[in-house]
Amino acid sequence: MTKPSKVLVIGSGPIIIGQAAEFDYAGTQACKSLREEGIITVLVNSNPATIMTDQGIADIVYIEPLTVDVVSRIIARERPDGLLPTLGGQTGLNLAVELAEAGILEKYNVRMLGTPLESIKQAEERSLFKKLIQDIGEPIPESTTVNSVEEAVKFSKELGLPLIIRPSFTLGGTGGGIARTIDELKSIVTNGLASSMTHQVLVERCLFGWKELEYEVMRDAANNCITICNMENIDPMGIHTGDSIVVAPSQTLTDKEYQMLRSASLKIIRALGIEGGCNIQFALTPSPLVAAKWAPDQLNPKQSEYYVIEVNPRVSRSSALASKATGYPIARVAAKIAVGKRLDEIPNKVTGKTMAAFEPALDYCVVKIPRWPFDKFITGDRTLGTQMKATGEVMAIDRCFEAALQKAIRSLEFGKKSLLWEGAGWGKDGTLDSYPLYPNDLRLWAIMAALRRGKSVEDISVHTGIDPWFIYKARNIVDMEKRLLAEPLSRNLLWEAKRLGFSDSQIGTLADRLPDQVRDQREEWQLRPVYKMVDTCAAEFDAETPYFYSTYEEENEAEPLDAQKALVIGSGPIRIGQGIEFDYCSVHSAWALQEAGYKSIMVNSNPETVSTDFDTSDRLYFEALDEESVRNIIQNESTLGNRFISCPSIVQFGGQTAINLAESLASNGLSIIGSSAEAIDIAEDRRRFESFLNGLGIPQPPGAGITSIKEALNTAAMLKYPVLVRPSYVLGGQAMEIVTSDEELTKYMTRALDLGSKHPVLIDKYFEGKEVEVDAICDGTDVLIPGIMEHIERAGVHSGDSIAVYPGINLTTMEVDTLVDYTVRMALGLKVRGLMNVQFVIMPGEHHEGSSVYVIEVNPRASRTIPFISKVTGIPMVRLATKVMLGISLKEQGYSTGLYKKQRLVGIKAPVFSMSKLIGVDTYLGPEMKSTGEVMGIDHNFESAMAKALMAAGLILPPKGTMLFSIADKNKNEALPIISGFYAQGYHLYATEGTAAMIKSHGMEVTAIEKKLSEGSPDIIDIINSGTIVGIVNTITGGRVALQDGFHIRRTAVERRIPCFTSLDTARAALRALTHSKGTYNVKPLPDYLG
Amino acid sequence: MTNSKNAVLVLEDGTFYEGRSFGAAATTPGEIVFITSMTGYQEMLTDPSFAGQIVVPTYSLIGNYGINDSDFESCKIQVRGFVVREYCEVPSHWQKKTTLDEYLKASGIPGLSGIDTRSLTRHIRSLGVMMGMISSELSVAECMRELKKIPTYGVTDFVREVSTDHKYAWANEEKRPIKYKVAIVDTGLRYNIARILARLGCAVTVLPAATPPAEIMKLKPDGIVLSPGPGDPALLGDIIGNIKELLGKVPIMGICLGHQLIGRALGADTFKLKFGHRGANHPVRDLETGRIHITTQNHGYAIALETLKGGLEVSHINLNDGTVEGLRHNRLPIISIQYHSEGSPGPQDNVYLFERFVDMLKERK
Repeated sequence: MTKPSKVLVIGSGPIIIGQAAEFDYAGTQACKSLREEGIITVLVNSNPATIMTDQGIADIVYIEPLTVDVVSRIIARERPDGLLPTLGGQTGLNLAVELAEAGILEKYNVRMLGTPLESIKQAEERSLFKKLIQDIGEPIPESTTVNSVEEAVKFSKELGLPLIIRPSFTLGGTGGGIARTIDELKSIVTNGLASSMTHQVLVERCLFGWKELEYEVMRDAANNCITICNMENIDPMGIHTGDSIVVAPSQTLTDKEYQMLRSASLKIIRALGIEGGCNIQFALTPSPLVAAKWAPDQLNPKQSEYYVIEVNPRVSRSSALASKATGYPIARVAAKIAVGKRLDEIPNKVTGKTMAAFEPALDYCVVKIPRWPFDKFITGDRTLGTQMKATGEVMAIDRCFEAALQKAIRSLEFGKKSLLWEGAGWGKDGTLDSYPLYPNDLRLWAIMAALRRGKSVEDISVHTGIDPWFIYKARNIVDMEKRLLAEPLSRNLLWEAKRLGFSDSQIGTLADRLPDQVRDQREEWQLRPVYKMVDTCAAEFDAETPYFYSTYEEENEAEPLDAQKALVIGSGPIRIGQGIEFDYCSVHSAWALQEAGYKSIMVNSNPETVSTDFDTSDRLYFEALDEESVRNIIQNESTLGNRFISCPSIVQFGGQTAINLAESLASNGLSIIGSSAEAIDIAEDRRRFESFLNGLGIPQPPGAGITSIKEALNTAAMLKYPVLVRPSYVLGGQAMEIVTSDEELTKYMTRALDLGSKHPVLIDKYFEGKEVEVDAICDGTDVLIPGIMEHIERAGVHSGDSIAVYPGINLTTMEVDTLVDYTVRMALGLKVRGLMNVQFVIMPGEHHEGSSVYVIEVNPRASRTIPFISKVTGIPMVRLATKVMLGISLKEQGYSTGLYKKQRLVGIKAPVFSMSKLIGVDTYLGPEMKSTGEVMGIDHNFESAMAKALMAAGLILPPKGTMLFSIADKNKNEALPIISGFYAQGYHLYATEGTAAMIKSHGMEVTAIEKKLSEGSPDIIDIINSGTIVGIVNTITGGRVALQDGFHIRRTAVERRIPCFTSLDTARAALRALTHSKGTYNVKPLPDYLG
Repeated sequence: MTNSKNAVLVLEDGTFYEGRSFGAAATTPGEIVFITSMTGYQEMLTDPSFAGQIVVPTYSLIGNYGINDSDFESCKIQVRGFVVREYCEVPSHWQKKTTLDEYLKASGIPGLSGIDTRSLTRHIRSLGVMMGMISSELSVAECMRELKKIPTYGVTDFVREVSTDHKYAWANEEKRPIKYKVAIVDTGLRYNIARILARLGCAVTVLPAATPPAEIMKLKPDGIVLSPGPGDPALLGDIIGNIKELLGKVPIMGICLGHQLIGRALGADTFKLKFGHRGANHPVRDLETGRIHITTQNHGYAIALETLKGGLEVSHINLNDGTVEGLRHNRLPIISIQYHSEGSPGPQDNVYLFERFVDMLKERK
């Protein structure tokens, strides 16, 4: 095979559940890897918050919607001779398949690199896959592919229930499920058929309770095959692997079982002809305890049995995890294989000595725990099944399982939920059933609670299907808790507790001490963690990788770097409100440090990300981002023999996770570069901030910081409803609400106080004005504002869920001047060193007066919009900010105070949601953030940019069809021009009763839907389900009171993938894009827009 | 469970590691070696190639699935001692019959847990393998004194200890037709070799290491397998003499020690590796096909490439350090490999070599 000279790499688009930062990691590695081979890389992705879309990763970068049309135009323009489809997740893979099927690849003579199209189809299409696996004599669960509900029901009569349903060509298990009854079967199959690209689902034998194993396998074109690692899901079969707690390597398999599955893996990857990496899932005979309840036919097996469950013929979330768990860079090697290299020709960059053709040996245990969004979506269905619900994950490494598990839990940042947390009412009647041991996000805590109350390992194992090995380990933790409660804290006891991963704070709770007292005691007894290397080879070779984890052992391998250096504190797991943007910032900060001649040290706990790639920084600590771990790292980096080496921290880029550490680091005398903890506190503390703004004469919506219900009610009475309430020190508008009555406020406060933050709740007058956002860099003298972003949705919709437009389009010169003036004075006043984000609301003036600009919020740290604004203005904000922190002024870097020149482009950042995965969650836009990712539309005019943003976000309306309107009374007047607009465009109108009456009274034709839900058929849901409707505009009546019909309309829209606008502002913008862009838009590399 | 330290591992250079005793409470010397396989401790323990050695698995959690009835590689524990970061007190597996701790106890073999095995591994990696002693009875100083008295690993002939003392026929549980007769010279046989040969249709007879060539030939074998085994091949002059007489008479396959013995029988030299190859992840290139195979390895000695003569050609090399991993004769039906094509523990990727050997038997028939 000849090496291609120019390769198109397709990214995975926005972060959604099932497709997170791992593909930025994979794509970035792949582009770097291909460039090393002298290949020109062309990258397309719609997600601006990615490292891969930065200048310098690929040669040519397109930030454009991932559609066949767009990518065809890119191919026509760039004429690549190769396409790498396997690094952009399911999105990239599906798009590549569509391009091939549309004949585009053939037309332009583009070769599909790596895994052939045929193999992809064989792995993805269940019937082909089943045949292949059977042909090579490997076991696969009995199953059938169906195209209709009737066929599914027929099959269930042959095989019995329960059955598992998996749709073809989806990601994150969308639309799948387990059916235990015929009714469940019918409903799941209906959903599955709808979400499958090919209108096909697989119905198969249910292997609930079997062990679930995964193997990461690689193959090159010369047929060399290796396995990178295997992973054991602690949660048995039945829970999506993305929602399972996973351990690597496997813990409960004999060598014979390990090798049996390994051999099967090699056989399968060879049969598929994959060139690159793939992930293979197996089910394996469970322990007898589990088998007795879950798989009776496996109770006395002659030998261990297994089934092949699934193959992902591409780089996946699991392969990112495997890369971080072993140190083996799967995506990098897969990219090289795709362009014709053999495994034995690719050097292992980790050891620097050996080749990529080997299998990593681990001498530690890795635990991954998913991060679920139920702290935000308290109404969401917490049950876990075959449909993935986690937004992100954490990983922890230690020498024993207990410690890895406990460190992973510390990494989750679940508020106050240490492993000691228990739900109210658990175990109240003394039975096992009174603990939530069914598959759900709190199950681990429930297991611990049950063990604490003396429930047996065996009973819990039977109940949960989790192998007793893991439950015994959990009991070891509980046993230690009991010792810490009962025994005096001796050196030996403390050492053992630390070896089991107990944090100082947990030990403090149990042994009745403050965390700092435990720390002091440790110091006195000289019990400090050491750091061990992740080297791919279990210390067999002297490795060069600077990748470390902490453990309580004898020998420390991480000698402090003897150089100028700084620690970048990362942002932890991807969650709603704290996404990949902060990883982007952390990575850039590390690079900027290196550019400035500093050694960069990274700490993070997220295995999916670029920041935790072994060659992103000079040194990587894979650790929880809590005070204890970060202080330990700083301690380790600061002491070389008797010499002190300075290791300051950078807390600005890791989102709220990092900024929350500022206070404790500073109060312990540890140095922070950039804005001081004091500046952070002024911005976060309501009272201090108010007096700060008063001093500057800058207005903010009136409000206060409060700590009791009584105070809240008094303040609200003064401000008059509606008011906006939120806890301080949070990101992503956690528990932020617009409240309109005393009753609602009382309810809110009760809940907020329950969450137990030590910080007050903020209560502000709610202004429903135009929302504007500004990011700035300040060096103490100059304040650079790269650009102003205006939100499409008015204030009240969380900024992370708003569509943001650069440059502001409806701002007067006077408003812009005011925004700049306020920003500059606040930055200087706060003594910001580095980044600052400000959110403003602009209220129109009354009686011909000018409008008023209010400051809603200031955050002296990197914001979610940094990657976007950096990309649309061409200003590398994190680089500038990091250098400012190191003392290099903006002037020295070539910039000065004020608003940077406006680019001749329009950039639009649009949010993307994962609502189809989150049953029971209402989708309307409000002050609490709900989106999981973002896309960017960029062009030279607003309409085209908006059309592209909507296209990329999956919200673009087809040019004709029927629109459904269900508008709250308070919005009816405002909605009228929008409805007329759609009508004028030739859309048919459907509306709920009241809305229809209003439409009719204005002389438009409309079909009224008379039946409310449960008033008979066809009701509104039937109509949406019938496929008549192409778009929905639905506004809510207010507050949190979910109008039942509205809720069902919105949920059905999500499930049917119909664009549904809950803000009239969004609907108006979508209409404008539709009306004016006429489907014309540019497709060109990012720098070409900047001109 | 308390964790007070009550046992020690002392190395001949004076380095020592304190930990907890498990298995038998005893004192034992041995050469300290590490192995990087993550699974298969039962196979490791019973691997005769580990005779005379104290084995340190680098993987930190050992004993998780207990000890079962089917994963033995010989009739008893062969290691002198077992050193782990953590052993599992309550294993879980449907095949489990006993625990690692009980198994060691019943065999009188000491174990040591709770030490920083990675630190120990790095020590051996940088300074090379060395003698050491596990003891739950003696002090560090006493261990040092004892260590000075005992013969080192390199001068001891362990083959005599591990070889069968009588000829026996391998009980073939396979229901396949028997096509060939194979004699295995047991210098430290791992059962899986016999299991695989049986699966490939061979009737296997296992012979003591010192069986004279004439007696072997009396069995009229279609082929001979020279098994793996412990120690320095240079000490095995008599067996090498026997092999010289067998060369060319029937197809011969040498595995690990058997491979070294073939080399020496044909005039090549062997040398001691700094810290050996022990694990299940070593990449080997088959020079005939160019293919890379992941192999199980357990050897402290290797054939010196530059000394090859007598018609031997290199068939396989180690991708990491370029050492000789396999040989073939340019005229005679002889193949040999330095690694463990039988895996166990480790990958089953190299069973093709047994198939190659059986093909040689077929050709000669």
